[in-house]
Amino acid sequence: MSGNLVTVRDVHFYRGKRPIYSGVDIDIRRGKITAILGPSGTGKTTLLRLISGQLKASQGSVEFDGKNVSQLSRSGLFELRKRLGMLFQTGALLTDLTVFDNVAYPLREHSGKSEKEIFKIVLDKLEAVGLRNARDLMPSELSGGMARRVALARAIALGPDLVMYDEPFTGQDPISMGVLIKLIRSVNDDLGITSVVVSHDVDEVLSIADYAYIVADGKVICQGDSDTLRASQSEWVQQFLNGKADGPVSFHFPGPSYQDDLAAEGIA
Amino acid sequence: MTTFFAHLGRSFLFLLQLLAALVPTSGKLRLRLLTQQIWSVGNQSLVIIVVSGVFVGMVLALQGYRTLVTFGAEESLGVVVGLSIVRELGPVLTGLLFAGRAGSALAAEIGLMRATEQIDGLELMAVDPVRRLLVPRFLAVMISLPLLTAIFSCMAIGAAGAHLIGVDLLGVDGGAYWSQMKAAVDFQGDVLNGVIKSVVFAFGVGWIALYQGYFAAPTSEGVGRATTRTVVTSSLFILGSNFVLTALLFGGL
Amino acid sequence: MHNRTVEAVVGFFLCLGVAAILLLTFQVSDLQRGVNGDSYTVYANFENTGGLKVGSSVNLAGVNIGRVTEIGIDEQTFESRIALTIQNDYQILPKDSSASILTAGLLGEKYIGIEAGGDLKTLKDGDTVRFTESALVLEQVIGQFLFNQASAKDE
Repeated sequence: MSGNLVTVRDVHFYRGKRPIYSGVDIDIRRGKITAILGPSGTGKTTLLRLISGQLKASQGSVEFDGKNVSQLSRSGLFELRKRLGMLFQTGALLTDLTVFDNVAYPLREHSGKSEKEIFKIVLDKLEAVGLRNARDLMPSELSGGMARRVALARAIALGPDLVMYDEPFTGQDPISMGVLIKLIRSVNDDLGITSVVVSHDVDEVLSIADYAYIVADGKVICQGDSDTLRASQSEWVQQFLNGKADGPVSFHFPGPSYQDDLAAEGIA
Repeated sequence: MTTFFAHLGRSFLFLLQLLAALVPTSGKLRLRLLTQQIWSVGNQSLVIIVVSGVFVGMVLALQGYRTLVTFGAEESLGVVVGLSIVRELGPVLTGLLFAGRAGSALAAEIGLMRATEQIDGLELMAVDPVRRLLVPRFLAVMISLPLLTAIFSCMAIGAAGAHLIGVDLLGVDGGAYWSQMKAAVDFQGDVLNGVIKSVVFAFGVGWIALYQGYFAAPTSEGVGRATTRTVVTSSLFILGSNFVLTALLFGGL
Repeated sequence: MHNRTVEAVVGFFLCLGVAAILLLTFQVSDLQRGVNGDSYTVYANFENTGGLKVGSSVNLAGVNIGRVTEIGIDEQTFESRIALTIQNDYQILPKDSSASILTAGLLGEKYIGIEAGGDLKTLKDGDTVRFTESALVLEQVIGQFLFNQASAKDE
C-alpha cells in the first residue's frame, strides 16, 4: 500500500462563469490524512465533489485508484462511491431513520449481508464512535457533534478505502472537537483508511494531518507537512495560519479610501 | 423568458428521470417506503378533505335548493349536487386542498433534505435519490389523490353534507334525492371521468412538488420559496388542466 | 409511529378510498346502463327518433326490460333503424307488439315504450318490430294545432 489513492492533475472548474479552480494538482496518499485548507468560499467542498464524481472538472483529470472519475459511467460511479465514505458538514443523516438504521442503511443497500451480520457490523461501528447506546435515538435527538459521529460510523460502515470529511469541526464545542480529532486519527490508523479533511480550522487540522494543502483563489498556494507550512515565507500563508485580521487579505472591502469618500461628499 | 424555458425544460427532464425510475430495476418493490409515504401524504390529508367535503356539500345544497325552489324543482337537488360534485368540484377542490396540504409538505421535505445534504449523502452512498426518495412519494400521490377525491365526493353528497341540509333540514324527499341523482349521474360519463381528472391532477401535483423540492436552493429561503411555488403552480395547473379536461371529456367545445 | 400501526392506518385509508369509489359507482351513479345478463336484440324503424339516445330505456308497461344499443339509418326506407337489446327474461313479446318513442314528463328523457300485441308467436333475436310510432315533435304538434284551428275557422 503505497503511492496515491487519488491524483488530481491540472483541474479547472467553473461555476457559471466564475472560475473556482484554475489548475490544481493534489495528491492524496494511501493511508495518510491529507488536509485541504483554505478560506471560506474557495470551493473546498467542490474538490470533494470532484473526487466523488458529483461534479465534473471542465479540464484536467481526477483519478481514483487509477481510474479517471469523470469518464466513469453512472454504474461505474456508483461502484466507486461504495469505496468512498463522506462526512458532511451537517452529518446528512436520514431524518426518518433511527441512528441504528442510518448506519445500517448502506449495508442494507449494498452489502447483501443478513440482518444478523448487519447488526454486528453496525454495533461495531457505533462502538467505535462511542454511540452504541444511542442507537435507538432519532437524528433530531442528537447534538451536532453526536450526529457527526453517527455519520462517521455510517461513512465507514462499508469499509471504504477513502473517507472525506467536509468541515468536520465547524461549530463544535472543544470537547466534541477533541473527540472528532481523535476519531479521525483512529479511524485512519486502525482501519487503514485514507482520509481527506477539508477545513479552515487550521490548528485542529494541522494537529492530525500528515500532509496539507492550502488552496486559495483557485490555486494551491502552499503544501507540505505542518512544520513546512508554518515555516512558510508567504505573508498570505502566515496571515491565514495565524488568523491575523489584516495583511495581504485586506480587512477593508476593496474600494475608494475613507478619506476619498468623505471628500466626495464635501465633508473633509 | 429564457429562465422560464430553462425551468420548463429542466422540469420535463426531471419528469422523464422520475418516470424512468418508476420501473423497478431491483426485484424488491419498496412497499415499506410506499406505505410510509401514503400515510404521510394520504392519511394526513384525510381530515381536511373530509371536513371540506362536508361543508362544500352543505353550501351546495343550500344554494341549489334556493334556486331550484323558485322553479318548484327542488326534487332535482340530487342532480345538481351529484353532477357538480362528481364532475367538477370533487376533483378540483380536492386537488387544490391536496396541493396546499400534501404538495407543499412534500416540497418542503425534499427541499430540506437537499439543504441538509441528505440527498448528496444518498448519492455518495451510491443510492439513487430519485428511486429512494422521489418514486415512493410520487406513487403515494398518484394513489392517494384519487381516493381522497372519492372520499371528498362521498362526504359532500352523503348523509353529512348535502343530504343533511337538503333532505333532513330543507325537506327535499330523500327518495327523490337519490333516485334523481342516480338517473342523472352516469358511471362512465361522470364518475369515471372524475377519477380520470383526479389522476391527472395527482400527476401534476406530484411532479410539481417533487421538482420544486428537488431543485430548491439549499437554504431556508429556498425551501420556503419551493413550497410557495408548489402551491401556486399546482393550483394553476389544476384549474387550467381542469378546463381542458372538461372540454375533452364532456365535450361542448 | 410504529411500523405496524402505520401499515394498519394506511390499510384503513385505502379501504376507505375504495369504499368511496364503490359508493359513487353504485349509490350516486347508475351503473345499470347496459343490459345485465343474457339478452337478445330486435330492431324497429321509426320516421323520427326525436332525441332518443343510445342507452335510453326500453319499457314494457312502465317496467324497464332493456336498452337502446344502436341508432342508425335504414338505407332503403331512409327511416331510422334502432336496435333494442332486451333481457332474455322477457322473451314474451308477441310478434305484433308495437314500439313508440315516448317522453318522460313534458320535457324529460325520451324512451321506448312497447305495447304488447295479441300474437301467439313471440319476437326472436334479429326480428323487426312492425308497428312503430315516432317521437312526438313539439313543433309539428303545435303547427298541426294551428293549422287545424285555421281550417276550422274557414269552415
